[in-house]
Amino acid sequence: MQDKHLQPLSAIATGETVKLAKIEAGRGLNSRLASMGLLPNVEITVVRNSHPGPFVISVKGSKMMLGRGMAHKIMVL
Amino acid sequence: MDEKITVALAGNPNSGKTSIFNMLTGARQHVGNYPGVTVEKKTGLCSHKGFKITVVDLPGTYSLTAYSIEELVARSFLVEEKPDVVVDIVDASNIERNLYLATQLIEMNVPLVLAFNMSDIAKRNGLVFDINQLSKLLETAIVTTVGNKGKGKAELLDAIVQTAQHSRSKRTHKVSYGEEIETELASLKAVLAEEEPALTRKYGSEWLVIKLLEDDSDINAKVHSEKTLDSVRASVNHLRDIFGDDPSIIIADRRYGFISGACQETIKSTIESRHSTSDMIDTIVTNRILGLPIFLVLMYLVFLLTFKTGEYPMGWLEQFFDWAGKAIAGFWPVGSENWLKSLLVDGVIGGVGGVLVFLPNILLLFLAIAVLEDSGYMARAAFIMDNIMHKIGLHGKSFIPMLIGFGCSIPAIMGTRILENRRNRFTTIMVIPLMSCGARLTIYMLIIPAFFPEKWRGPVLWLIYMIGIVLAIICIKVLRLTVFKGETTPFVMELPPYRMPTLKSVYLHMWQRGWLYLRKAGTIILAVSIVLWAAMSYPKPSAESLAGLTTEQAQQAKLAYSVIGRIGQAIEPALKPIGFDWKIGTALIGATAAKEVFVSQLGIVYAVGSADEGSQTLREKLQANYTPLTAFCIMLFCLISTPCIATIVTTGRETNSWRWALFQFFGLTALAYVITLIVYQLGSLIVP
Repeated sequence: MQDKHLQPLSAIATGETVKLAKIEAGRGLNSRLASMGLLPNVEITVVRNSHPGPFVISVKGSKMMLGRGMAHKIMVL
Repeated sequence: MDEKITVALAGNPNSGKTSIFNMLTGARQHVGNYPGVTVEKKTGLCSHKGFKITVVDLPGTYSLTAYSIEELVARSFLVEEKPDVVVDIVDASNIERNLYLATQLIEMNVPLVLAFNMSDIAKRNGLVFDINQLSKLLETAIVTTVGNKGKGKAELLDAIVQTAQHSRSKRTHKVSYGEEIETELASLKAVLAEEEPALTRKYGSEWLVIKLLEDDSDINAKVHSEKTLDSVRASVNHLRDIFGDDPSIIIADRRYGFISGACQETIKSTIESRHSTSDMIDTIVTNRILGLPIFLVLMYLVFLLTFKTGEYPMGWLEQFFDWAGKAIAGFWPVGSENWLKSLLVDGVIGGVGGVLVFLPNILLLFLAIAVLEDSGYMARAAFIMDNIMHKIGLHGKSFIPMLIGFGCSIPAIMGTRILENRRNRFTTIMVIPLMSCGARLTIYMLIIPAFFPEKWRGPVLWLIYMIGIVLAIICIKVLRLTVFKGETTPFVMELPPYRMPTLKSVYLHMWQRGWLYLRKAGTIILAVSIVLWAAMSYPKPSAESLAGLTTEQAQQAKLAYSVIGRIGQAIEPALKPIGFDWKIGTALIGATAAKEVFVSQLGIVYAVGSADEGSQTLREKLQANYTPLTAFCIMLFCLISTPCIATIVTTGRETNSWRWALFQFFGLTALAYVITLIVYQLGSLIVP
């Protein structure tokens, strides 16, 4: 049911806001991201998605930079 | 009689924890390491209302899991040392994420005070806090501070003293993890009471059961009975079935839910968020076209600052040590030979001086790094370089220490502390010596004019540097495929807003690291210099055998007679295939103390007296004895081979293991030999 609209975060354009569905990563990384606020259902705003250049998101009021590989692993709705 | 309190400072990276630490302790600070790990431990002192307060700055962390060494260190400190008060420093302009750590501290049931730091920025962003209400909801004292301006100090100290003195009532508001999880937690508590009494006494069952459900590796390792682990596994599986996700994720979610609820009631935003200044700066600084050039310019400036400006104080220090050497020698009659005089002047002053002379460079370097970090630029720089470095197999931040390595390996290796990932850090440390350092430049400056016509000099020098870089890249790839195998850390990094670094914090940052360098590198290097001095000076040939020789010839004979001289002669057979003789061998051994010594040693061995890289006589002698091919091989060998003792020692200290230092030592020497061998043998075939 969810999978229909699931996209990787890296595909989201600058300025859009999405909800996190799941992270395709091991437990260690999942835990680290979780403690930084990246949890299921949290709202993520893409501040900047430009190639090359950093992938910047805003979560719970704080900004983070992600590597592109990272952005591919975060699945959003 | 003064009462004593210990306070631990916790908080997210970028929350301004260091400025609070500095605000409380001023200059009364001490930097060391946590036992057994290369995690910095800072402690300081202050006093307030008759209490002597020891402040310990814990590593900055986002949470207290077992997934990183910093978190484990912070957690262990809280459990083992049981400080009287824990202050969690929260970035008030970024509150929800920052409070995550607070919920964990609350779970650990430590005596807690929250410091809402950077409250000036929060206010400017239009955030209004109902501190009283929030304090009631969290059942914790809250103080507002502006760390880098020193505001809130008295209030914070008051809160600390009060919290330390008053016994705490049991918490009524706790994070509720939801019925399903709470049920499992309760049943696990029962199991623990039976099976793990010792563990329960030490950590408290409330906290333990949460960690067990989160599959905390550190706690799992401490559990004794199989029954406990079985019960945990059963609970975890059960919860996974219900939620379709790991309990640890659900628990994290509930923590944020608790925070969200508390914040919604107590924090109001009065201004609409708009494109902040930081964002505007970023569009230029991380711009696809301008980003890299801006970065390179800044790096060049750092380099200039460290080495050009550093030249002046370096010169003064050199003069000072020169003078000191003469002053001490003055205690003995002119021209006399005395072992103590030689030990003091050549051994101690030569050795210690050689190390202290670097101090200005190092301080300037740390100053530059402090400014870059405090202003927030470092995060952007890391990202800009990451694309390139990632292709080689390293993290973007590795670029910075490697750049510094072109000046001197020691501050470069110490500079790798900014790399959090152990594999990246160690790989970078291993190859830093291949960034041809300033000391090696003296060797090139001696040799190149002696052997190469004017037109070729620039290109040859450039070639040497490029070989260093290319080799470094190859070594990094190899190391990452073998010894330091593993994924590069996925890149995720907080992007703090730009801030104006304060003079005070930058200054303190600089001194903390500089002092460490002085204390550690100085002691070992002094010892080794003395050993090398002894090996160069003894045994001495008899006076008769020196009769009739000039001073220079006598020096040459003494060197040949000494331990180092003999070693040089003994290894000559091994040096022949790469085109060297025992004289070069002696100079190379001496160069392990410091690369500049190579030149002066060569001077002695060719009886040119005291020589430096400008010495024309020495150049002529070299020309007469060697071919350009050999000369190039000498430079190649010096470029690649074992760095000076100071570097090895620093590597040992920074990796906390002599194994890696020796690996670097032998690895580079072997690499140098092999490459020089190939070049020399092939070269002999091509060039007559």
